[in-house]
Amino acid sequence: MKNIVEIKGLTKKYFNKVALNNINLNIEEGRVVGVLGPNGSGKTTLIKILTGLLRQTAGEVFIDGKPVGVYTKSIVSYLPDRNFLYKWMKIEDAMNLYKDFYADFDEGKFNDLLTFMKLEKSMRIDALSKGMHEKLNLSLVLARNAKLYILDEPIAGVDPVARDQILDAIINNYNEKSSMLITTHLVRDMESILDEVVFLKEGNIILQGNAEALREERGKQIDDIYKEVFGEWGDSNA
Amino acid sequence: MDFNENLPIYMQIMNLIKSKMAAGEINGGDKLPSVRELSKELKVNPNTIQRAYQELEREELVFTQRGMGTFVTEDIEVIKNLRKNMATDLVNRFFMEMKKLGFNSTEVKNIVLDWIEGEERE
Repeated sequence: MKNIVEIKGLTKKYFNKVALNNINLNIEEGRVVGVLGPNGSGKTTLIKILTGLLRQTAGEVFIDGKPVGVYTKSIVSYLPDRNFLYKWMKIEDAMNLYKDFYADFDEGKFNDLLTFMKLEKSMRIDALSKGMHEKLNLSLVLARNAKLYILDEPIAGVDPVARDQILDAIINNYNEKSSMLITTHLVRDMESILDEVVFLKEGNIILQGNAEALREERGKQIDDIYKEVFGEWGDSNA
Repeated sequence: MDFNENLPIYMQIMNLIKSKMAAGEINGGDKLPSVRELSKELKVNPNTIQRAYQELEREELVFTQRGMGTFVTEDIEVIKNLRKNMATDLVNRFFMEMKKLGFNSTEVKNIVLDWIEGEERE
């Protein structure tokens, strides 16, 4: 199968601090990969390199066979872990911004997602709750017909009902031609939608594999493996 | 559905479908939901559903028709066997647990008979 993402020997240092240490990771077409790890493990650094917001110190990153650049930005749809829309906007303005920016933005798909999320185009951004924000941002990101979707903590801090809607939207928009990379520390809620998992700890991949194979091999859920691997850290977010 | 057992999710889905076949909720020749439909319903990665269907096919409990979907086997013997095997598994588990609790065969037999009597009286 074709790899959408190929990462070889990726290292990122901030001065003396090593944020990512010699990471190797391939993501095949049609796969949903979870990058799991507590805060400060290097998840966001990895994403910022994939999206071209940061440059690596060493190593190679290819997306759809090309080094990170103008082309890869046009095929990567990225959900940041913070709000990126102006407060004065209405949902409709946000949609128009995306339409202008991204040739692969599919308005029909966006409208369907809005309906599914029970959001209206006339709503003001600054009047949205945290859960609604997350739902809107995800709708914008999934409405693009991208090859790679990168979702940074898509369900952090939202209530269980919104969480279910978000998970449904992710599953409904799965397609065999695209891949997804999702970071989370809410493993229990996400694990049934992941094909593969990558455990990041202090910038190193300490465990990586097919989620079902890991469950079979260890007789445990990914959530329990996560607690075992990171438990000694006492990460209260897990 | 919650996938909390310490089993791979595809096996939990296989067991779910097997139970429905054994209980007659789905019958020989019935069409199973498409991978996409079941994926949405159970909130599980489509590749996992695909895997469950493949394994069920390997066990000859279902068959795939190109472009049509996945169907439950029409072989009544296969379904009969499935029911029998599932029942045997349950009974084995029951007896093992009862032994762990220190019951001997006669006691277990009396408990089972009492239970059936109670059931019939209702």
